[in-house]
Amino acid sequence: MFENLSDKLQRVFKNLRGEGKLTAENMEAALREIRVALLEADVHFRVVKTLMENIKQKAMGEEVLSALTPGQQVTKIVRDELVKVLGTHPSRLRTANEPPTVVMIVGLQGSGKTTSTGKLARWCSKNGHSPIMVSVDVYRPAARHQLAVIARDLKLPVYQGGEAEKPLELARGARREAMQTGRDLILVDTAGRLHIDDELMTELSQLKESLNPTEILFVADAMTGQDAVKSADEFHKRLGITGVILTKMDGDARGGAALSIREVTSQPLKFVGVGEKFDGLEAFHPERVASRILGMGDVLSLIEKVEQNIDQKKAEEMQRKLLEDEFTLADFRDQMKQLSKLGSLESLLGMMPQVGPFKEMKNAKVDEKEMTRVVAIIDSMTERERANHMIINGSRRRRIAKGSGTTVQEVNSLLKQYAQARKMMKSLTGGLSGGKMGGALGRKLAKMKLGGMPGMPWN
Amino acid sequence: MFPSLFGKQDAEKAEPPKTSLLDRLKQGIQKTRAGLVDRIEDTISGRKEINAELLEELEYALISADIGVRTSTEILERIRQRVDRRLVNDAAELKNLIREQLLEILQAVERAPVQPESGPRVVMVVGVNGVGKTTTIGKLAHLLRERNKSVLLCASDTFRAAAIEQLEVWGKRTGVEVVRQGSGADPSAVLFDGLQSAKARGLDHVIIDTAGRLHTKSNLMAELEKMQRTAARVIPEAPHEVLLVMDATTGQNGLEQARRFTESAGVSGIVLTKLDGTAKGGVVVAIARELNLPIRYIGVGEQAADLLPFDASRFIETLFA
Ligand SMILES: Nc1nc2c(ncn2[C@@H]2O[C@H](COP(=O)(O)OP(=O)(O)OP(=O)(O)O)[C@@H](O)[C@H]2O)c(=O)[nH]1
Ligand SMILES: Nc1nc2c(ncn2[C@@H]2O[C@H](COP(=O)(O)OP(=O)(O)O)[C@@H](O)[C@H]2O)c(=O)[nH]1
Ligand SMILES: [Mg+2]
Ligand SMILES: [Mg+2]
Repeated sequence: MFENLSDKLQRVFKNLRGEGKLTAENMEAALREIRVALLEADVHFRVVKTLMENIKQKAMGEEVLSALTPGQQVTKIVRDELVKVLGTHPSRLRTANEPPTVVMIVGLQGSGKTTSTGKLARWCSKNGHSPIMVSVDVYRPAARHQLAVIARDLKLPVYQGGEAEKPLELARGARREAMQTGRDLILVDTAGRLHIDDELMTELSQLKESLNPTEILFVADAMTGQDAVKSADEFHKRLGITGVILTKMDGDARGGAALSIREVTSQPLKFVGVGEKFDGLEAFHPERVASRILGMGDVLSLIEKVEQNIDQKKAEEMQRKLLEDEFTLADFRDQMKQLSKLGSLESLLGMMPQVGPFKEMKNAKVDEKEMTRVVAIIDSMTERERANHMIINGSRRRRIAKGSGTTVQEVNSLLKQYAQARKMMKSLTGGLSGGKMGGALGRKLAKMKLGGMPGMPWN
Repeated sequence: MFPSLFGKQDAEKAEPPKTSLLDRLKQGIQKTRAGLVDRIEDTISGRKEINAELLEELEYALISADIGVRTSTEILERIRQRVDRRLVNDAAELKNLIREQLLEILQAVERAPVQPESGPRVVMVVGVNGVGKTTTIGKLAHLLRERNKSVLLCASDTFRAAAIEQLEVWGKRTGVEVVRQGSGADPSAVLFDGLQSAKARGLDHVIIDTAGRLHTKSNLMAELEKMQRTAARVIPEAPHEVLLVMDATTGQNGLEQARRFTESAGVSGIVLTKLDGTAKGGVVVAIARELNLPIRYIGVGEQAADLLPFDASRFIETLFA
C-alpha cells in the first residue's frame, strides 16, 4: 500500500525537532506532500486548492508540541480541516410528519443504488420502521427482478407492479400499497442515469414532484475520481438531494470524492456502504473518512489519548507477561482499569484503522457496566486465585460470586472470557508488530500493545 | 477476429453501419472532449508566453481528467524541458505537445489480441462492482453477431441478485445462447459447462461474465484464479483474453484495480465504459504507462451498439480534432 501522509510528513520534517515553529520555509515541502496526497485520494483539484489555503493559515506559526512529532501535528491540522468540511451530521433519515415517508435513491449507473435500497430497508426495519421497497428502474435488464430477489432474501415487502408499468405508475402503486398495508416508509430505487441525460433527469424531477419525498439520497461510488463534483452538482441542482451514501468503502479507495461531493452540494453524508451483503451499511463518521483520505486509520487521536492515559511501563510489562504466558487475572483487571481510563471504548474502536485484527473488532459491542462487574469479580478473588485461575473450582466460584454481588454464571463467563483473551492476545501480539499499518505510527501503536484489547468483555 | 474497426479494413465486414464509426466515436466521446481539450484550450487561449503558472494550469487540466499527479507531472516535465531548450516558444503549440504525449503513452502499449490456434476464443470479463461488465458482454455479443460469429455466453456471476437474468436478457437481445446454473452455483462449474459445450459444438467465441469484486478481497480474487485454471483444463490456452472493465468515472484507485486484477486474473486489455458521461477516464493513461495494458474497447451508452473498438491514434485525433 501507499505510504500515508503522516509518514511522508515525518520524512519532510525530520530536521525539525523540539521547540521549533512551523514556518513558511519548513512547511513548503510539507504542503506539497499534502497537496499530492489529497489529489491522489481523488479530492477535486479546486477543493484541494481551497483546503490548502486553510491548512496553510492554520499551520503557520504553530508551536511544535512535544507530545506529537511535527509530522503528526501537521497531519492533525490537515485531518481536522477535512473533518470540518465533511461535517458532523448524525446518520439519521428524516421522516415525514404524515406517513408514509418517501425516500428516493438516485445516482449514476452501477453506483450501488439497488443494493443500498436493500440495506436501508433492513436498517430501517431494525430501527422500528416498516418499509416497503419499489424499483422504478424499467430500463436496465432484470433491474426490478434484482430488487425483488433482495426483498425476498430480506423477508421485507416489495411492490412488484405490472410488467409494463411506467416509473410514475410504479411509484404511485407503491404508495397505495403502503397505505393499504400500513407501511410507514417507501424506499424508491431508481434507474442509474448520467447527470447529462436530460430526459432521464426530467423523469426524476417528475417522480419527485409526484412522490414528495422527505429524503433524496445520492448514491456515490467511493472509487469516483474528479468527475464526482460534476455529477453530484447536477443531481443536486436538478433535484435538491438531501443526503449522500458513499458505497464500496470496503475496498481500498481513499474516498476523496466524499469531500468533493460535500463541498459542492453541502448535503450531509449519511451512510457508507461496506459490503455487498445487507449488513454492509454503516453510519457515516467524518473522522474515519478524513483519516482514510489521508491513508490511515484515526491513529492520531488514538495516540494522543493513549499517551495521556496509559502508563507506558505497565503496558510494556503486560506485553512481556503475555509473551511469557504469565498474564494473570490480576493483569486482566489492570488492563481493564487502564482501558476504562480511555473513556468510551466505542469511540476508541472507531479510531482504529479498519485493517488486520481491528477489522474484527469493528462491530464489537462495548458494555462499560460489564467492565465494572469484571473488576468487581476479580477484586473478590484471593491473591492465589488471581495468579492461577486453574484452582478456581465450584465452591470458590460461589464465594467469589457472593463477594462481588454477582452470579456464578457471571463468574463462569468471566473466566471463559479471560481464557479467550489470553489466547487471542497471544496471537495478536505476534501479528501486530509487523502489521499492515507500517511506519512510525504503526510501530508506536504496536509498542503500546493496543492489540491487547480484544477478548475483553464485549462482543 | 476482433477487428479494430479503425485499423485495417475487415474483409468480411457485414452491413455497413448507418452512421460512420467516426461519427459515433465523435458523438460518444463528445463530453469527454468537452472536458479535457476545452480546458486545455481555455488555458492556452490568448496567451503567448509560456511560464510556470501556465504550465501548472495545464497540469491541473490533466489532473482533472483523472490522469493522476504522477503521470501529469511527468508529461508536463517533458514539455518543460522542451520549453527550457527553446524548442517551444508559443503557448499555442502546447496543445499539440500534450496530444503527442498522450498518444505516445497509449500507442506504446497497443498490441494485437491473442487468437486461438483452434477451437473457440475464450474471453473472460472481470472488474470491480458495477462498472459495466454484463452490459459490455451484451455489446460484445452484438458486435460478434453482426460479424456472423457464433457466440456463447457464460453466466458465471452466480452471486449478485438477478445477475443471471440480466445476462439472459442480453442473450435474447443479441440472439445468443447463455449457459447457466442456479444462483449460488460454483462460477467455475458454469464456466466448465460453457467451455465444454462451445468446444463440442465448434463455436467461435465464449464470453464469461463474472461477479463484480473488489480487488482487495483475496478470497474472491482466488476464485478468479480458479476459474482460469478451470478454463485451461478444457482449452489449454484459454482464456485468450481477460478484459478488465473500468468505469470512466474511476479515480486513482483504478491503478490499484488494474494491478491486482492483472496479478490474479492475468488481465490482457481494458474496456473503458460510460465515456458518454462527462468523465474522461484518464486513469487509463496512468495504467498504460505503469502497467503496460492496452485499451481494447470503449463503452459509450447502454445500448447493444454502444461499444467501439479502441484505436489510440483515432481516439486521440478525435479527442483533439
Ligand atoms: N463491495 C461492495 N460492493 C457494493 C457495495 N454496494 C453495492 N455494491 C455492488 O455494486 C454493484 C452494483 O450495485 P447495484 O446495487 O446493482 O447498483 P445500482 O446503482 O443499482 O446499479 P444500476 O441500477 O445498474 O445503475 C453490485 O455488484 C453490488 O453488489 C458496497 O458497499 N461494497
Ligand atoms: N451510460 C452508460 N452506462 C453504462 C455503460 N456500460 C454499462 N452501463 C450501465 O452501468 C450499470 C452497471 O452495469 P452492469 O453491466 O450491470 O455492471 P456489472 O455489475 O459490472 O456487470 C448498468 O446500469 C448499465 O446499464 C456505458 O458505456 N454507458
Ligand atoms: Mg439498480
Ligand atoms: Mg454483472
